[in-house]
Amino acid sequence: MTPAETSAFEAKIRAYVGREMGPPKRGNDDVNLAMIRHWAEVTGDENPLYTDAEFAAASSRKGIIAPPTMLGIWAMEGYPMAQGHTGKVDVQRELHNIFEAHGFTGVLGTNTITEFHRELRPGDQVISHTVIDNISAPKKTARGHGYFIETVTRFTDQHGQDVGRQVFRTLRFMPSAESVAANQAQSGGDAKLKAPTRIQSPRGHDNAWWWEAIDQGKLLIQRCKRCGTLRHPPRPMCGECQSLEWDSIESSLEGEVYSYTEVSYPKFPGYPDPLLCGLIQLKEGTRLVANIVGCVPEAVHVGMKVRGKVERVDDATVLPNFYPA
Amino acid sequence: MAATISDKAAIVGIGSTEFSKDSGRSELALAAEAVKKALDDAGLKPSDVDGLVTFTIDQNEEVDVARAVGCGNISLYARVPYGGGAATGTLLQAAMAVASGVAEVVVCYRALNGRSGQRYSAGVSGTLITGSAIHYGYYMPFGLLTPASWVAMFTRRYMHLTGCTQDALFEIAQATRDYAVRNPAAFFYQRPMTRADYDAGKKICNPLTLYDCCQESDGGCAIVVTTPERARHLKQPGVSIRGVAQCIAKDQEEMTSFYRPDIARIPEMDVAADEAYAQCGLSAKDIDAAVIYDAFTPIVLWQLESWGFCKYGEAADFVQAGNLRPNGRLPSNTHGGQLSEAYIHGVNGIVEAVRLVRGTSVNQPKKAVHHALVTSGVGVPTGGAILGRMT
Repeated sequence: MTPAETSAFEAKIRAYVGREMGPPKRGNDDVNLAMIRHWAEVTGDENPLYTDAEFAAASSRKGIIAPPTMLGIWAMEGYPMAQGHTGKVDVQRELHNIFEAHGFTGVLGTNTITEFHRELRPGDQVISHTVIDNISAPKKTARGHGYFIETVTRFTDQHGQDVGRQVFRTLRFMPSAESVAANQAQSGGDAKLKAPTRIQSPRGHDNAWWWEAIDQGKLLIQRCKRCGTLRHPPRPMCGECQSLEWDSIESSLEGEVYSYTEVSYPKFPGYPDPLLCGLIQLKEGTRLVANIVGCVPEAVHVGMKVRGKVERVDDATVLPNFYPA
Repeated sequence: MAATISDKAAIVGIGSTEFSKDSGRSELALAAEAVKKALDDAGLKPSDVDGLVTFTIDQNEEVDVARAVGCGNISLYARVPYGGGAATGTLLQAAMAVASGVAEVVVCYRALNGRSGQRYSAGVSGTLITGSAIHYGYYMPFGLLTPASWVAMFTRRYMHLTGCTQDALFEIAQATRDYAVRNPAAFFYQRPMTRADYDAGKKICNPLTLYDCCQESDGGCAIVVTTPERARHLKQPGVSIRGVAQCIAKDQEEMTSFYRPDIARIPEMDVAADEAYAQCGLSAKDIDAAVIYDAFTPIVLWQLESWGFCKYGEAADFVQAGNLRPNGRLPSNTHGGQLSEAYIHGVNGIVEAVRLVRGTSVNQPKKAVHHALVTSGVGVPTGGAILGRMT
């Protein structure tokens, strides 16, 4: 924004300071036992003053009271408001729309300060009176450049008596590049939930070729060019003749179970359940670890004939799987 | 030719912290306490220390331990790799230093918040940036991620070849538990385990269930090693390092040596055992008690075979005959082992082996213990030490 645009914007928003959000509003529900019990349950507050009529009657309170922290709850708009479905545009909404139209798209509730003037009891009505109390000077925050908006709500009861007061502070900001990046990193780039995948092998000089062949649907076995010895897992030198020259052959994927285990605990996200790991003795003579699939765990035994298939197991992973032959 | 190291060094001090599931303090605090207690036990001062040995995976820097404890000049510092496989390897480093005069008083230590901090049971992950990342890459995508899963693979094969059953695994678990029941320092102090308790254990990686797996613990242990001459003038009777050896055997991988002609045994322990025996001229018949690394129950079986207490394939019968029990042929893991006392990567086992030779174990066997064996973690490069009374 140019300085002129900024002062025009600030004039617009400052016109809201001191305005009431709307007429005083009576809570959708008066203070009642059911909402008190729900609140006590979800917050884990076991104070019997809130739920045990007999206990409360015998106490200094002479009856059930509402948890004081519910003060703001009684006057809250219902669920449709939170979802933005009411279509109502009150004064506060108008003000926020102005911020949004000027690029202050970020919103962050920063803090509240609440005062409790009297305890509420079932049957009490709660009426809220909210004023846009002040808007700060422009501030640079970690989230971005913006303004703090403070509303003050006064709560009264059915007799017009004061029961409490709440200051609510909100930051409206232009999200900085850093905060956008941090947000994206947190949410995984976009809002879509990605299914977890297998833990991948890192790929380096000595193993990338093997994994790349797996990606292409082939199970290769490294072979010494000098003495012909097969080796797995791949490594740069032949342990028999110390040659650094090697090529590979493609496995027939025929073999048998040399040993196995069913991995029951701990479970890792992205892996099948049940998870059967086999040490497979290939017809060519080398062994490799791979999953045994296509049968129940109880059917697996040492010596079981298996046949492999290199296949995609999730969005990121292709692996050899071995099925009962 | 065997190394000429026998009786050139002696253990003169041992120290341990409390073992717990949440120490509430730093690993350095645990290390410093263990080292100080070991020095107190020996009647030595921190300024006497001129050597420090630990595990590569220990997070306590030598400079930090030396400064915390108040050591003076340190002329030997060495680390041994491969997790619990390093346990008795620390003794080898200390013994070599003492025998050669590189150092005169060496403290071996290991301290970890193994339960409240980094847990080994959490397994390996794709975030590894170590040199072993490529290696674990052949197992991670298939879900073979944890020590229990790797050991299960060897266990299944061993059971298939030898006819060993779950009964042998249970006997090892229960024998250590029964010792722990009488050891106030043990996590399972006064908490016995029946076969029904064992069978009800959570499935981990078959055939391993919960009580086949050691605990995860917070704690620290330290050992003081010095020359036999100096040992004679200290508070405790010296315990001589009669033989100590470590080994990486042919075609060994870190925990996944699945590609040897036979995987139902531990060749690196066979080699270390032969070497340790050769150093001192002793054999299995001379060993009166043992602390056998027990991260998992089945690995005890293979070590009994490696050290010659029974032939290959006979370890299940050996343990089921009660030989690990107080009146058996080889009272073993008398502190409760890592299954039932605490998991301090085998160094609490060295502490117990020293006690066995001193005659001060809470479960001291009735028979005289002239020589005790203590071993390191297996699957990884490993080893063991034979301790004896100083003559």
